Amino acid sequence: MSGQPKVSNLDDLQTENECFEYFAAVDNDTEQYLHFTLADEDYAVEILRVQEIKGWKPVTSIPNSPEHICGVVNFRSKIVPIVDLRRYFEMPIKEYHPETIVIVLRVEGVSERTVGIVVDSVLGTHNVAPSSIKLSPDLGDGINTAFISGLVAVDDRMMMLLDIDRLLSIEALG
Amino acid sequence: MVIDISQFHDVFFEESFEGLDIMQSELLELKPGAADPDSINIIFRAVHSLKGGAGTFGFTAISELTGILESMLNDMRNGQKDITAEAVELLLESVGLLRGMLTAIKHKAPADDVLRADIQNRLTLMMAAETDDVLESDNLNDDSSAATQAVGGWEIYFKPHPHLFQTGNDPVRMLRELATLGEFSSEVLDEKLPPFSDLEPEDSYLAWQLTLKGDIPKEEVLEIFEWVDEDCDFTIQALAVEVSEPVEESMLDEPEVTELTSEAELPEQTVSNDEAVADAPLPELSLQTVDTVADGTNGKTAPTASSSIRLGPDKVNSLMDLVGELVITQSMLSQLADNFSPEMLPDLIDGLAQLERNTRDMQEGISGIRMLPIHTAFNHFPTLIKDLADKTGKKVELRLTGEQTEVDKSIMDKIGAPLALLVRNALDHGLETPNVRLASGKSETGSLEVKAFHQGGNLIIEVHDDGAGLDEQKIFSKAVEKGLLSANVELSVDKIHKLIFLPGFSTDDVLADESEHGMDVVRNNIESLNGVIDVQSTKGEGTTFTICVPLPFAIIDGQTVSVANEKYILPLVSIIETLEINETDIKHVTGKGELYTLRDKYIPIIRLYDVFNLKPVISDLADGLVVVVEARGQQIGLFIDDLLGQQQVVIKRLEDNYRKVQGLSGATVLGDGSVTLILDVAGLLALYRDPSLAMHNERAA
Repeated sequence: MSGQPKVSNLDDLQTENECFEYFAAVDNDTEQYLHFTLADEDYAVEILRVQEIKGWKPVTSIPNSPEHICGVVNFRSKIVPIVDLRRYFEMPIKEYHPETIVIVLRVEGVSERTVGIVVDSVLGTHNVAPSSIKLSPDLGDGINTAFISGLVAVDDRMMMLLDIDRLLSIEALG
Repeated sequence: MVIDISQFHDVFFEESFEGLDIMQSELLELKPGAADPDSINIIFRAVHSLKGGAGTFGFTAISELTGILESMLNDMRNGQKDITAEAVELLLESVGLLRGMLTAIKHKAPADDVLRADIQNRLTLMMAAETDDVLESDNLNDDSSAATQAVGGWEIYFKPHPHLFQTGNDPVRMLRELATLGEFSSEVLDEKLPPFSDLEPEDSYLAWQLTLKGDIPKEEVLEIFEWVDEDCDFTIQALAVEVSEPVEESMLDEPEVTELTSEAELPEQTVSNDEAVADAPLPELSLQTVDTVADGTNGKTAPTASSSIRLGPDKVNSLMDLVGELVITQSMLSQLADNFSPEMLPDLIDGLAQLERNTRDMQEGISGIRMLPIHTAFNHFPTLIKDLADKTGKKVELRLTGEQTEVDKSIMDKIGAPLALLVRNALDHGLETPNVRLASGKSETGSLEVKAFHQGGNLIIEVHDDGAGLDEQKIFSKAVEKGLLSANVELSVDKIHKLIFLPGFSTDDVLADESEHGMDVVRNNIESLNGVIDVQSTKGEGTTFTICVPLPFAIIDGQTVSVANEKYILPLVSIIETLEINETDIKHVTGKGELYTLRDKYIPIIRLYDVFNLKPVISDLADGLVVVVEARGQQIGLFIDDLLGQQQVVIKRLEDNYRKVQGLSGATVLGDGSVTLILDVAGLLALYRDPSLAMHNERAA
């Protein structure tokens, strides 16, 4: 990572000066990612794709849809599907409660779509220089890594960068 | 002050193209020999305004050509000229030429002068040939026109409607012109003239009784009143040479009185030898001109997309009235809110009901403005098909259904070109030549059907041909050759068919011309409207392209129903009745299918929780309700738990952000912000018949 101060949570920026230093250090070569967790794994999505981070609200379930599609909600007068990433990645499921977090993302494909994903918690943002991104290794047939565009080390954790256009494409979602 | 008239060019172009469309559709319906005088009149007027406009803007080439056309049509109208198939053909070519010229001017591109010179030449030739001829035929069989000319003069009653001046016409000038035709006398009938205090200076109150003596053709008299025939009461009557009866009686009682509009009767004339003259230069050029027509519909002149909507003042007025009502309701409600007390609740409820009514009227009024019948997009197909059929030697019968289906203007502007391409493709590639068809046991004439209809907030257009169907082998090997997929992939027949929509895909072997490589363009166009295009094809039996485009602003009346703790909205229009039935009323088919006898008809009972794989709360028929619904002519009984309220809902598409779900036409947002799904009855029926359709929603294994 480049030489800017390491901040994992924007709320930690206490003073105006700190903020200034932080944003001044964001040079054009880096991209900002939103860091979130699922079980004890770390994931990240490009922050420019994030439209909103919101709490869980009841959804309207869609008949005959796969289990990982929780249903649809009204997001800014659009009908937006909500995807449970735990179910999608076949992890142990977790009950939804008002503190459950939904990240609403802009997905590009044939047309631009809006899709929400259910995650455990959001940790903050990171500036990532492209040079620091490692390719994800092939883990064999049993584990699909096609939707992971790269790996980045943050502190001593491994953050997986998600290719959401691939992960949340209509074909993949089913 | 200098006025830059180029700012009016757009209006001129728009009106002109509209006029050309009208001419074209009228010409296509014109039956040679037995033409409807009204349609000749319509064509004549279109040409005339085009000529006027072109003159104003200094497009001399156009006004020259339209001038010739006008005099030719005038002769036709007067019956001095036959309406032969050749003449109609030539007129159609001229329309195509005019369209090309206008497009060229609009885009400041060079015009096709050679073609214009040629058509102009042929028009003049035809004019000359026929005038000679008419002189003879007049004497032979044109009794009626002979009769009209053998009179001593005309009695004319002319009463302009009050608004005549506002149309820019002046009776004085018409009378003056009339006076130049012969011995003229007039009598003013001023009994309608109000006292001076009540007089509207801009209205016309006078009427005239006119006498015109001399051997004057009726047409010449009528021509003077041509432009005011809708703005006046007008009768004309022959003046027998010897009689001089009191005028007013005879005018009212005489059976011979004719009205201006129905006057232009065309004497049926035998087709004479002028055909030979006009025939010679026809064949090769007809291709060229119709190509220009086709180009117009082909997307090459796409800039017409953002055109305007023209509105009659009455529509605007009625919308203004609606807005007025809305404002009144709104002010009433805010007044109520200012000092609200519980006993005013009935007023509030009344006010809200009124608001709902106003909103609904408003919505209907506004969507009415944007909706046009789709036949304007279908208009070009007959010429297109006729030309292509001639060119390829194929025989085809074109059937258009659902032409009155109303479509939003924005869709209409974009869907014309892809549709034309599909129709072209169907003829170029789908249908076989007569020999091949006969050999494979089909009738010699192929059928091509274009069908438009509404379904659940979508506009559906089907283009069906009964031709050879898609050639999977060829498509597959072409796709491999183009590097779109590898040769060892196994694809279902359906998926192979869909390859034709891939960008860069084209089976253009030496024979096929430019048309096929438009398929991905078609798809792009449809997708830009958020629509989808699908193809179904059976080898040897034909191909059907289905275009499904959402109507941008779809509001329906919905009935909320509950089943298995879920709520859905059923479109009110599809509901026929609701029944309470018992298990014992049901006949079972092979142990599973359930049929109910409704007035001597067996209808299948579909349990909604079954097709949607929900955990039932109520499974005994006696405890729930059966809603009888209709889709595509078939009635089914939908078993649900209960009926809830009714309300108007705005349909939003699921496929905007997710995908199409079988059995649902979309979703809506209710007043509290929650989402409710809207049922699609036809889709439910399909799902009931083939539960595997639900599997499309499952994650691809």
